[in-house]
Amino acid sequence: MSLSIASRNVVDVTVVDLSGRITLGEGSGNLRSTVKSLLDSGVKKLVLNLADVNYIDSSGLGELVSAYTTAQGQGCTVKLLNVQSKVQDLLQITKLYTVFEAHTDEAAAVASF
Amino acid sequence: MTDGRNLRLSLESTLDSVEAAELIVQRMADINGFSADQVHEIGVGVREMMVNAVKHGNGFSPDKTVLFRASIDEEAFRASVTDQGVGFDPERVRDPLGAEGLLLPSGRGLLMARAFFDEVEISPAEGCGTTVRLIKYRTKGAQGESQEEHQ
Repeated sequence: MSLSIASRNVVDVTVVDLSGRITLGEGSGNLRSTVKSLLDSGVKKLVLNLADVNYIDSSGLGELVSAYTTAQGQGCTVKLLNVQSKVQDLLQITKLYTVFEAHTDEAAAVASF
Repeated sequence: MTDGRNLRLSLESTLDSVEAAELIVQRMADINGFSADQVHEIGVGVREMMVNAVKHGNGFSPDKTVLFRASIDEEAFRASVTDQGVGFDPERVRDPLGAEGLLLPSGRGLLMARAFFDEVEISPAEGCGTTVRLIKYRTKGAQGESQEEHQ
């Protein structure tokens, strides 16, 4: 299952809805190009909605980290929304839960910036 | 070649091979009575080691293959992944949980395999390359009951 990506604006926050698998190859590449495009357009508040992402491999995690660090370098804050249990397990194993601020409610995520 | 419990494949160094190995072992584990969580974990660990083999080991070279073996018995799921790369020293991999490694985009595959498998052994392959052997027991604490060499 490939990765589908759609972005929308909620007030001054850009929410990127991801669906599928974020894995080495097309999935992680699509995420990278989407984030780059948004940063190039000046987005400063970014929420990655992982509600429909049930699998991320190490390359996908690396892509999330790259998105985070690249965004940070451009004055943009990246937060996660609706992290599913198996992905949450990976964030725990890799300690990336200490990097990413994660929310379970979109309104709360948007209001948290 | 597979009979549902034993598998030996020579795979091209491609992402399709990674996907194939992941799907096959998940199917093997599923039909041989592993739980849904175990099936998921087996798929994750095998995928990560296959990615290491085709990407870091063989560099996606069309001239190099990955030897992939898997077996299931009453005790455990076992797999081995052998690449034809220049070798791999796990001691030289930056700690992905450390301050320097945490924000790097790579280096988490072995960590994930170790998290989901009971045993992960890395050794030089005969001739060249690296072999990674993975064991996941059906039940925790089962190791040592019948340690068969997985070859």
